[in-house]
Amino acid sequence: MQYCGDFRTTYEKDVKIFQTPFVKICMGFLGVALVALPFLVKGEYLWISMQIVIAVIGAVGLNILTGFTGQISLGQGAFLGVGAYTSAYITAKMGLPFWVGVPAAGCVTALAGMIFGIPSLRLKGLYLAIATLASQFILEWIFLRWEPVTGGSYGIVVPRPSIGGFVFDTDRSYYYVVLVIAAAMVLFATNLMRTRTGRAFMAVRDHYISAEIMGINLFKYRILSFAVSSFYAGVAGALYGHSLRYVSSEQFNIGVSIVYLAMIIIGGLGSIIGSIFGAVFMILLPQLLTVVTTQLGSSFPGIAEVAIALEQGIFGAIIIMFLIFEPDGLAHRWKMIKAYWKLYPFSY
Amino acid sequence: MTTQYLLQLVISGLVVGSIYSAVALGFVIIYKATRVVNFAQGELLMVGAYVCYAFLVQMHLPFGVALLLTILFSMVLAMTIERLILRPMIGEPIISIIMVTIGLSLVLRSAVSVVWGTDILVYEPKLFPQAMLMVLGVPVSLEFVWCFVLSVFLLAVFSVFFKYSKAGVAMRATAFNQQVAQSMGISVKKIFALSWVISAVVSGIGGVLIGNINGINNTLYHFGLKVFPATILGGLDSILGAALGGVIIGVLENLFDGVCSTYFDLAGVKEVAPYVILVVILMIKPYGLFGTKEIERV
Repeated sequence: MQYCGDFRTTYEKDVKIFQTPFVKICMGFLGVALVALPFLVKGEYLWISMQIVIAVIGAVGLNILTGFTGQISLGQGAFLGVGAYTSAYITAKMGLPFWVGVPAAGCVTALAGMIFGIPSLRLKGLYLAIATLASQFILEWIFLRWEPVTGGSYGIVVPRPSIGGFVFDTDRSYYYVVLVIAAAMVLFATNLMRTRTGRAFMAVRDHYISAEIMGINLFKYRILSFAVSSFYAGVAGALYGHSLRYVSSEQFNIGVSIVYLAMIIIGGLGSIIGSIFGAVFMILLPQLLTVVTTQLGSSFPGIAEVAIALEQGIFGAIIIMFLIFEPDGLAHRWKMIKAYWKLYPFSY
Repeated sequence: MTTQYLLQLVISGLVVGSIYSAVALGFVIIYKATRVVNFAQGELLMVGAYVCYAFLVQMHLPFGVALLLTILFSMVLAMTIERLILRPMIGEPIISIIMVTIGLSLVLRSAVSVVWGTDILVYEPKLFPQAMLMVLGVPVSLEFVWCFVLSVFLLAVFSVFFKYSKAGVAMRATAFNQQVAQSMGISVKKIFALSWVISAVVSGIGGVLIGNINGINNTLYHFGLKVFPATILGGLDSILGAALGGVIIGVLENLFDGVCSTYFDLAGVKEVAPYVILVVILMIKPYGLFGTKEIERV
């Protein structure tokens, strides 16, 4: 029996992941649906689903940094790149397996994140955003110019993972690899936010001076947040590289950083479920726009030539409208819908 | 590497830097008055360049008329943007404002590509005479000199405007404290609109200058990204800082590029040098040369 309103009497009840048995059942269904998905859809749709799952990892990572700790980062795209290149170097050039490459990618990216996070000790808000923008351009330049490691403008061809004799070379089998890693990482992030570390992140975001007075080491937690966030980005980038079987510098440009930032803002800052909504929305949106513009192209022949530009414009316009009309993101809307049905039909 | 070569690098850096200054000036005007970080500044420059192209080349208007119409167009565009997009965002966190201007930049970029395509377009007839001038023994195209002189002129005009005109003083007052400004009878809304208008006009003129020299294409918005190193170096809310920062960044990126490609065989340093400088400045002097230090008290 679920009563109207909150009747939690202990702290443990308040931080429970599954607040009600109903939520547990829903999550169970969602899990089954995600596992069954490759048998229901195929081809391009399966590919898109896989990209969504990979994007969820990156978006959760960025949300830990920007949403929970309040450090704006415009460099997520480049950090994905660091992960992708690390894993590509380890698997393709050193010949080590995927299962070494991906965690190593996470660790190397975490290290890179910590280095580029050092300015956050002195800077905040806008200044930090610009510093991370600089890190984006510097890393992009390194991707293109450090030829012995990154292959320069040719990029690197990377293999799909294998275990024993089994190679995950179909999209269906690789989808499961990605799904398991993503599920584990989302769960870890959810749990992280329920610990002292997570609460410290939020305290730093809400008021860093108060946080410091309460005994939170700002240096430690800001750098830690950069490290965790970059670890997620690194893993997401590595998985992305292996999904394409090819890594090159233009896959990780400033546009990618913008898309990831848009994911967490449209999804909802400081919300794990929001990052998931945002990732789904921002990966599906360009696909939808492509479909729409090709449809329009058949009826208005002039559109075909400007289709790419038009898509970009509509994409921008949707971001603007979201920010104006739904500034708290999809997670907030989701909460409102839940609250409405919880109290239905007596919503007062 | 001769002094001749170095001098050439410095002079071409000065010219590009003067365009950076114009864009940085536009950025600072908006930031100072409204605290909006405009990621679409480069796009305003690009739109100005294309609109002037449309009036000058496609409609065969004389340059003076075309320039006036471009300025008018920039004003209307800026007012529309301010009213429709930025006004509803007042009071939102900084990250949302950054994102909304990024969205705006995508829309403007796409609009330009849809209307004018992606080819390089060239201004015809050229505004400035095609001649060479010798500066300290280095041949410099006369257009470059004009471009530099005009940029400096713009900066001087706006420095005077902010210092002495009533609207300029009102804008400074708003930047200092909005509530106090409002209680003194200044319409903050009008100031916001005005700062967007001025910013768009300055950037638009920068675009016209660039269009005259290099021709225009749809990657012109890259100028907008150089605005960050320039303004951080000069201080985010300083007009003089923006002017100097733009020129310094222009010269430094040219010098680094020249030196690195000659001595270390490193290509493409031009794209990354301004950002390396930016990071260094942020580490040692976060508020730039002339920026206001933020002091926080609990």
